[in-house]
Amino acid sequence: MRMKTNQSKNNIQNPLPQGGNIIKRYLTRDAKSPAHAEYLKRERIQQLWVRFTQVALLIFLLALWEILTHYRILDPLLFSQPSKIWSMFISMLLKGELHNHIIATVLETIVGFILGTVSGTLIAIIIWWFPFLSRVLDPYLVVLNGMPKVALGPMFIVAFGGGYGGIIAMAIAISIIITTIVVYGSFREVDKNLIKLAKTFGANKRQIFQKIILPASFPTIVSTLKVNVGLAWVGVIVGEFLVSKQGLGYLIIYGFQVFNLTLVFVSLFIVAICASVMYQGVAILENRILRNRG
Amino acid sequence: MSKEIIKFNNVCKTYVTMEGETEALRNINLSIREGEFIAILGPSGCGKTTILSLLAGLISPTSGSITIWNKEVKSTSQNVGYMLQHDYLLNWRTIKQNIMLGLEILKQNTKENRDYALELLNEMNLLPFQNYYAHQLSGGMRQRVALVRTLAIKPYILLLDEPFSALDYTTRLRLEDLVSETLRKRNKTAILVTHDIAEAISMADRIIIMATSPGRIKREIEVPPPLRDPLPFSSRKVPEFQKYFQLIWREMNENENESIQK
Repeated sequence: MRMKTNQSKNNIQNPLPQGGNIIKRYLTRDAKSPAHAEYLKRERIQQLWVRFTQVALLIFLLALWEILTHYRILDPLLFSQPSKIWSMFISMLLKGELHNHIIATVLETIVGFILGTVSGTLIAIIIWWFPFLSRVLDPYLVVLNGMPKVALGPMFIVAFGGGYGGIIAMAIAISIIITTIVVYGSFREVDKNLIKLAKTFGANKRQIFQKIILPASFPTIVSTLKVNVGLAWVGVIVGEFLVSKQGLGYLIIYGFQVFNLTLVFVSLFIVAICASVMYQGVAILENRILRNRG
Repeated sequence: MSKEIIKFNNVCKTYVTMEGETEALRNINLSIREGEFIAILGPSGCGKTTILSLLAGLISPTSGSITIWNKEVKSTSQNVGYMLQHDYLLNWRTIKQNIMLGLEILKQNTKENRDYALELLNEMNLLPFQNYYAHQLSGGMRQRVALVRTLAIKPYILLLDEPFSALDYTTRLRLEDLVSETLRKRNKTAILVTHDIAEAISMADRIIIMATSPGRIKREIEVPPPLRDPLPFSSRKVPEFQKYFQLIWREMNENENESIQK
């Protein structure tokens, strides 16, 4: 039986040594017993080492980059320089030259990501509802999924214009088919016995979907969110490469065209940060939604 | 003797697939009296579960008819509760939400019915766990929740499809008693499908032994009162228990040889 027990009582029965310095006490916080304290200490020291090494590796690589370009072993014209990238980033930020680009790209990504996920899920629901349709559409989905969506870029620009429309269409196109396939797959993989259970109570199709299929597939839908965040970024950046007059993708292409690689690196740096923040946001959301599931 | 409420009249069931057809049941004739506890015993593939699915109205017979209170079974009905082999508790719902599933689907989620479900939960000593999630409970507790979920819609007839087979032995014995007691108290008619001879003898009033390919009734054995009256665990200690065990064992092994010869 895995039931919650009241752990706090154990603390009183197993008094921990109160002495020791502040570091040791920090490392053994929340310990339930001396053995547990020892275990926690080992685990936490390990964890600290991982963090330390991660930071050290970053510093080492940046320093290497700086030194190699400083002494012209690498051409700073091609590879720029961390110090130059940083000072350009700060000066652009202070002059207010960045926020328009950042806002445009982030908005396009969020809209593309949400629309791609929602419409992919809706299509999945429709083809689940009509099994005949799912059999008809199967080869179409396979071809569309195999198709590199980026290749359709010119079509989207013609159809939706060169502004936000074309870019968001790109972001949707890149995630919608895979969302449909994955979510529909998860609908089908729901344990047939859960459906039988609902049927024994006389459930109709809508009730089966609402009470069983949809909640059972929720983890899959949420995990496609994570994938789609990444895909939406690809769609938006490629879309901006092709058409736009602003956005981070535009900055990258512009920097490349005027051969200002420092600008390219500044943009990449911002893309990396924004994409990570969005990914983390979705990961936190996932944790919240799925917290109570076994 | 109380009146018969369930009748199988010459029921045949053949499953048709792309590969061909499988005869699952041939000429099943069976009457079940109100309040009776029937055990259907047989090797796997003898159509035991098909009988329950037919009764529940989940599938319809190829020929013949099934009636409950002289009305032909055409679709699922609230009169029949079905308990599956595993608990199939929904892991995104709390225990309380799980037991309300049937009431929600039947659109009978009233205060009165909810209170009745909670009362049943209390009877199973599970009320303190109502806000837990299924994965926090043991297998025996989960199956008890599944029983509450089945009983919450107040069915007259209970179909039990090997409901104890996934449990460990001790839990199983305890649950057999609990289920028997609960059903007796409410005078429910029950049909238990099992391949466990001892379980059949200790729980049932009458045992239907089935043979395989095609599934058919081989023999019916009336369990005598000394074995029938006590709760399942005590029945196992009654001297006749062994006699009946041997009798059924022989009957079932004949089945085995028969199908090998084919």
